[in-house]
Amino acid sequence: MTATPRPRHLLDFQGWTPERLTALLDNADTMAQVLDRPVRKVPALQGLTVCTAFFENSTRTRISFELAARRMSADVVSFAAGASSLSKGESLRDTVEVLTAYKVDAYVVRHGVAGAAHLVARYSGKPVINAGDGRRAHPTQALLDAYTVRQEFGTLEGKTVAIVGDVRHSRVARSNAELLPKLGAKVVLCGPATLLPADLAALPGVTLTTDPQEAVRGAHAVMALRLQQERMDAGYLASLAEYADTYQVNERLMREAESGAIALHPGPMNRDLEISSDTADGPRSRIVRQVENGQAVRMSVLYHLLVGRE
Amino acid sequence: MTPKATILTTDEIRRALTRIAHEIVERNRGAENLALIGIHTRGIPLAARLAAKLGELEGVEVPTGRLDITLYRDDLTEIARQPIIRETQVPFDLARRRVVLVDDVLYTGRTVRAALDALIDLGRPEGIQLAVLVDRGHRELPIRADYVGKNLPTARTEVVKVRLTETDGVDLVELHDVETLR
Repeated sequence: MTATPRPRHLLDFQGWTPERLTALLDNADTMAQVLDRPVRKVPALQGLTVCTAFFENSTRTRISFELAARRMSADVVSFAAGASSLSKGESLRDTVEVLTAYKVDAYVVRHGVAGAAHLVARYSGKPVINAGDGRRAHPTQALLDAYTVRQEFGTLEGKTVAIVGDVRHSRVARSNAELLPKLGAKVVLCGPATLLPADLAALPGVTLTTDPQEAVRGAHAVMALRLQQERMDAGYLASLAEYADTYQVNERLMREAESGAIALHPGPMNRDLEISSDTADGPRSRIVRQVENGQAVRMSVLYHLLVGRE
Repeated sequence: MTPKATILTTDEIRRALTRIAHEIVERNRGAENLALIGIHTRGIPLAARLAAKLGELEGVEVPTGRLDITLYRDDLTEIARQPIIRETQVPFDLARRRVVLVDDVLYTGRTVRAALDALIDLGRPEGIQLAVLVDRGHRELPIRADYVGKNLPTARTEVVKVRLTETDGVDLVELHDVETLR
């Protein structure tokens, strides 16, 4: 096992070696077994308190984290920005300091601004898991995507994952582009030129293309990204219909991929826009599996960050 | 890494396990409805060996499983810098079975307590017994073994090192001073 110190936070994948990431995915296998037992709970985090601090709307990620923490016997306190003193003008720093005074042991943070999780880490001095910050990173989603691909093919080594859609606004795409090559996979990012930031081509193991057929050719997994329609006003796209016609992940596009290729989507889906219903619900789809895997992967992340800490 | 003493040789380990197998049969009036579950790491090969001996003695195949107790430990700060969880595999129904937990060394009892919790989360066995190759004392919990290969009074400054062919290439139990292992 690597001699580098165990990372204190999961804000992105900086400082996470391939060996440590592999161990994290290996432990997720064990967590998945726990979730299949008659008693879906282990006492590993008994006595610890995890705060889910969500400054942005979320259903699946928040519930997934809360269940993961509870499955590990941690106490969970939830913080929703809309119903908090933040709406009275309290700063993020003050809020975190109050929560820390209540003896919170770890934070799961989602925020609309990139870097917010880093601030919570600095103010709290406790382990922080980034559950999505702005457009920057969503590491646990990337981990569960990686886990789902690995579960399907037994390895990530030599596999190609095509990620199609609104790459520009997607923290999921960025985190996958950072993570998957560390684990031996290739990533092809694909979308209209207006939604495909050229700087991502500098990442090792990542290529860019505006041609969806080219992106998907030879891919073992094809991930459709949610088209963030709230961005439409910015003039990134001519029309939704045109976008769907070219970039929708559907059976026609999937035929270009490897014969056993799987379809992924981080959710929530715009059905029949970025992904067709027949693909989302079809035999190649692993979208429900991604949601199931989210809990096991997040249990493993909590375990890695919280167990054995003084 | 010179040991202070050899506690059990290859032959003595074999004889101890043979005796434990006989005791298991005697106490349970046979080997029907028994199961052996080894605690990671060295409890697993010991459980397999005991199962083979029970098969020879009674002509029945006793199922074996493996238990990782990492998620049940109460001394998590002692987990290594990289906490690895190994596989738990109990491929049979525990209900109406008498389970013999198998481990190499019984010391504070905390590992066994964790194993009991883990086992009960997997099902409801009719009864649980404990077999260990070495009982070195210094219990911190009210736990005792039903079958013991060797009772060995030790000091806390000593380490009992069990080596088995399956995991270490040789069958040997040695006593070391903590200092010499550092």
